Amino acid sequence: MNVNQVAENLALSHQEELVDLPKNYPLSENEDEGDSDGERKHQKLLEAISSLDGKNRRKLAERSEASLKVSEFSVSSEGSGEKLVLADLLEPVKTSSSLATIKKQLNRVKSKKVVELPLNKEKIEQIHREVAFSKTSQVLSKWDPIILKNQQAEQLVFPLGKEQPAIAPIEHALSGWKARTPLEQEIFNLLHKNKQPVTDPLLTPMEKASLQAMSLEEAKMHRAELQRARALQSYYEAKARKEKKIKSKKYHRVVKKGKAKKALKEFEQLQKVNPTVALEEMEKIENARMMERMSLKHQNSGKWAKSKAIMAKYDLEARQAMQEQLAQNKELTQKLQVASESEEEEGGTEVEELLVPHVVNEVQMNVDGPNPWMFRSCTSDTKEAATQEDPEQLPELAAHEVSASGAEERPVAEEEILLREFEERQSLRKRSELNQDAEPASSQETKDSSSQEVLSELRALSQKLKEKHQSRKQKASSEGTVPQVQREEPAPEEAEPLLLQRSERVQTLEELEELGKEDCFQNKELPRPVLEGQQSERTPNNRPDAPKEKKEKEQLINLQNFLTTQSPSMRSLAVPTIIEELEDEEERDQRQMIKEAFAGDDVIRDFLKEKREAVEASKPKDVDLTLPGWGEWGGVGLKPSAKKRRQFLIKAPEGPPRKDKNLPNVIISEKRNIHAAAHQVQVLPYPFTHHRQFERTIQTPIGSTWNTQRAFQKLTTPKVVTKPGHIIKPIKAEDVGYQSSSRSDLPVIQRNPKRITTRHNKEEKL
Amino acid sequence: MQWPPPWRRSPLVSATPPPGPTTGLLCPRRVSEAGDSSTEGARTGHSHYVTPAESAMERRSQPFPSLRPASPTNAPAHGRGSDCTAKEPPLANVCRQNYGAAQDPVEPAGRRSASHVTGSSLGKAEVACGRRWRWAELVANSSWSPAGRATEMKVKMLSRNPDNYVRETKLDLQRVPRNYDPALHPFEVPREYVRALNATKLERVFAKPFLASLDGHRDGVNCLAKHPENLATVLSGACDGEVRIWNLTQRNCIRTIQAHEGFVRGICTRFCGTSFFTVGDDKTVKQWKMDGPGCGDEEEPLHTILGKTVYTGIDHHWKEAVFATCGQQVDIWDEQRTNPICSMTWGFDSISSVKFNPIETFLLGSCASDRNIVLYDMRQATPLKKVILDMRTNTICWNPMEAFIFTAANEDYNLYTFDMRALDTPVMVHMDHVSAVLDVDYSPTGKEFVSASFDKSIRIFPVDKSRSREVYHTKRMQHVICVKWTSDSKYIMCGSDEMNIRLWKANASEKLGVLTSREKAAKDYNQKLKEKFQHYPHIKRIARHRHLPKSIYSQIQEQRIMKEARRRKEVNRIKHSKPGSVPIVSEKKKHVVAVVK
Repeated sequence: MNVNQVAENLALSHQEELVDLPKNYPLSENEDEGDSDGERKHQKLLEAISSLDGKNRRKLAERSEASLKVSEFSVSSEGSGEKLVLADLLEPVKTSSSLATIKKQLNRVKSKKVVELPLNKEKIEQIHREVAFSKTSQVLSKWDPIILKNQQAEQLVFPLGKEQPAIAPIEHALSGWKARTPLEQEIFNLLHKNKQPVTDPLLTPMEKASLQAMSLEEAKMHRAELQRARALQSYYEAKARKEKKIKSKKYHRVVKKGKAKKALKEFEQLQKVNPTVALEEMEKIENARMMERMSLKHQNSGKWAKSKAIMAKYDLEARQAMQEQLAQNKELTQKLQVASESEEEEGGTEVEELLVPHVVNEVQMNVDGPNPWMFRSCTSDTKEAATQEDPEQLPELAAHEVSASGAEERPVAEEEILLREFEERQSLRKRSELNQDAEPASSQETKDSSSQEVLSELRALSQKLKEKHQSRKQKASSEGTVPQVQREEPAPEEAEPLLLQRSERVQTLEELEELGKEDCFQNKELPRPVLEGQQSERTPNNRPDAPKEKKEKEQLINLQNFLTTQSPSMRSLAVPTIIEELEDEEERDQRQMIKEAFAGDDVIRDFLKEKREAVEASKPKDVDLTLPGWGEWGGVGLKPSAKKRRQFLIKAPEGPPRKDKNLPNVIISEKRNIHAAAHQVQVLPYPFTHHRQFERTIQTPIGSTWNTQRAFQKLTTPKVVTKPGHIIKPIKAEDVGYQSSSRSDLPVIQRNPKRITTRHNKEEKL
Repeated sequence: MQWPPPWRRSPLVSATPPPGPTTGLLCPRRVSEAGDSSTEGARTGHSHYVTPAESAMERRSQPFPSLRPASPTNAPAHGRGSDCTAKEPPLANVCRQNYGAAQDPVEPAGRRSASHVTGSSLGKAEVACGRRWRWAELVANSSWSPAGRATEMKVKMLSRNPDNYVRETKLDLQRVPRNYDPALHPFEVPREYVRALNATKLERVFAKPFLASLDGHRDGVNCLAKHPENLATVLSGACDGEVRIWNLTQRNCIRTIQAHEGFVRGICTRFCGTSFFTVGDDKTVKQWKMDGPGCGDEEEPLHTILGKTVYTGIDHHWKEAVFATCGQQVDIWDEQRTNPICSMTWGFDSISSVKFNPIETFLLGSCASDRNIVLYDMRQATPLKKVILDMRTNTICWNPMEAFIFTAANEDYNLYTFDMRALDTPVMVHMDHVSAVLDVDYSPTGKEFVSASFDKSIRIFPVDKSRSREVYHTKRMQHVICVKWTSDSKYIMCGSDEMNIRLWKANASEKLGVLTSREKAAKDYNQKLKEKFQHYPHIKRIARHRHLPKSIYSQIQEQRIMKEARRRKEVNRIKHSKPGSVPIVSEKKKHVVAVVK
């Protein structure tokens, strides 16, 4: 059955209702029967004909049994595959004009939309259920906040909907009671005199009157007063601002003096009245003064310092004094760092070291021994020299490593000092450079270059020797970086003339090599040449008419330039362009770098040390029970005799062998005390997220021994309180301020409201 | 191996467990204290939590005299040691702190007490220094000492001022001077721990939950009902059709009715307490008056409804004159009519129990023998949802404080607490019984419920815990068929196969009767202590320990083994199959077969 058919059926039914069909149209059942019989024969005939044809004609279904639905009007489409169309039915109607109205109606029906087939019962029920369920869930969800509240409540007192205990108002209590004794009467008199309220509102008539009394005029006055106060305040503020702006020193001095005088007076007064407080005040003032002094000390702001600053331009001493002062200030104001021995701390400082500007590192290399970063730049800068030097340098570095690891525990403060020193020096240097630039060239011009050639050679040799000696010293001296610095400090002064002279004869290649070596050393030792080099790169290289000093410097730099031009690719550290020939070297460098970066932490040794300590700590200790002075003379400088000590020393027995005795890489702690473990919580209990939380709850005592009575009561309030003998009813919507979800739950009541009354009557009877 | 041996250890050390390894599974506790602990903790797997004693040790910043009497070896050492001079009587300022509130700080301490100075007694007086005595400090001036100002002499003496300890009237509380400074109480945690331990032990000692047995029925007790208005009245129906009404205070039967032929399947009281309803195997619903008939009258029901099928359960609406029965279907009846006002059914199996929601009273829940729980809405006369569990549910009970929560007592030994809005996962699976759970009833506070089981025990479960907090059983109690929690939430009644109704305390160790305020305070304190230290293994063990009959005990063991085997198998299956092919189903979801809309 498809939709069309249904529609037609529907139309038919309409038709049935609407019209009396013409009498001749419907056929009797008997006739219908007979007709169908004839039809069957006819169809058989048709079939036979079609089979003769051979074509696959559409087969028509044969109706072999009585249909359940036999139409009254014999318009069943069963048996034939054809659909019944409304038009077929209307054909006879067309003829008669009297049926025009019916035709219209039928057309209207035809134009109407088809009504959908109703869903089956199960489906409908399911939909009903789903809707009902969602509605009910919604209704129930209003309980969520209440339930949450109850769950989180500190205390729940059942029964929940407790009625307020009716407290009799005081007037009720008073009404039936009269003052009899004189004392009571007296009290009553007092009360009545003040018109103390006995009834509910807790304001006396006076108070009430005063409250009500504020009339319009009063309010206006009040407002005016407020206004005046505001205006005064603004005046005062303006005045203060003006005063603050006054530049006159004299004025301020006068004001200050006045203030001081006033304070003094007050203080004196206080001293008379309350000496202890005055003393305290005094101490406070003193403290404040000291604080101020301390904080201001050695700043450049003092009178003296200012004068020096002016002088410093011209006077070297003054400059130095100023520097000193600044250094002092830095030293004093610098935060004290606690020297700690832990590795992490040291690591931290190392990182800090890396973070400080690059220039600092350059010097530090000198100072601290090998700095991998600096070292690398050095080697790469001077390629040839480095390649030659490498074998020499490696053992040296190794030696440094060893020494460094030995001197691990070097306090951090030292490094700090070094840093500071370096900074000072740097600033000094800069200044001096500037000065040197400014200085007339004529100061050292007079030196004859040719006559110095021989001398310089000699000096160069001696210098080399010296330097070698120094480097050896460096190797030897593993600790004591500060003395090193001090030792090295004279070096620049020594080296300077040499450098100057050497620079003149950089012509031959053999010497160049040598120089490269030296240069490297110098680079390592002195930051200065490098810096100068950097500086001079900016300056034009070949300027014959430049001042002598400058020229000398330039020549030195020329030398470097010369070297760098030989391998321009190596100039920049960050972007090595030529690799192939330097690869293995680089690798080595890398390895070295890593080695040096982690030179400080010798993990294995640390672990062994730790283990040794752990073993020592776990060993049972001897118990010494000697009592000095017991049974013999005692006193300062007297020790109990050896015999006694032996007697009272209880030797600890050898403990069982450690579990990690044969495991070199493991420490197994044997501290766990099984007797204590029975009283220890092993796993973090559920509601806690961190062990510290748990510990804190445990460590807060709740007993009255450690808490005040009130706190104790608060801490020990039970979560649920029930009253004995009281019936606890289920929670009600009305109790918690909700409307009950429905007046009546009954589905039936809406249907027959009459019964409600009877039911209520019955209830009353029950 | 312990060193030093116990008899050589100082009392302090022996009193407290040594500050043990600070290594921890979770985190090493005191890094700074135990030098190498941070690294060690990471390396080795041992762990422990702070013992109270330890934490006390930690808190203590300065050495203090031990609280215990010194051991014989150490005592002389302590006394004669070079540092014996350091031992001083309690300082004056400490004492002053004791009385801090009472004392006037301006008043010089010496003035008042100058008359009490007895120089020689100073050394010993400390011993006698009780609450009433206190140390006052006198600073002697130059007039005293020949040395003059340069040497100020401190003299300590006892002062005794009645103001500090005598109460003004007899009605006042006695003044208990107490200093709450935590620095003075280094052992608070260990002390509380000991108190908690003692409280737990005492709780077990006093746990005597059984109150009375009400005998009189001549067959097993099949159902129980509470009187809604009267705490002392309880109704019970037996398997021989007899209904009895009991008075709990007198512990006797006050009325007997032969209500039905065959079982009394269900019994419920009207919300006003004037009448009650029973259903029986004889296919009838009967309404009875709560008060007995007059002298000479016969016991007759107010109404009798003859049904077509057997009714297996009944429950009354909480507000209106409507009740619901169950059997082949859930019928909702008006009290005045002999035909149900509506019948609701979903599926075709016998429904064993029906319960009205006490809060949202139009809701009903029922459970049928085809393993399902069905919820109904009375207003719309339609079922709402159905959840099918692994096995049959015997009864359900709604939480009287939480509208959408109900608990189902299941044949598979478990109880399931559901949120009716989300039936696909139970909120909690309560397991501890070792046989089918036959009945369940909520405490009126809604925090706990009691369940009766075929394993001859009843158990009390907190709503939010999956394990029971209590199990009650006696030698003679057989399969427990029905259980009720009284409306004051203090008692539990259970009816069992062997014809008795038993009355239990809901809190096994609770003291009955009126408590004085001090008793109450002590009770509350102990309760809080138990709560606070409940995770400590020693306390936990004692608190959880219950004696169980051999049958239950062995059953528990057996089931543990079975469960473990099942778990192992599941784990193995997951392990040996393609990852993701075997889904991991949580314990909660395991038991829900389906939710039908």
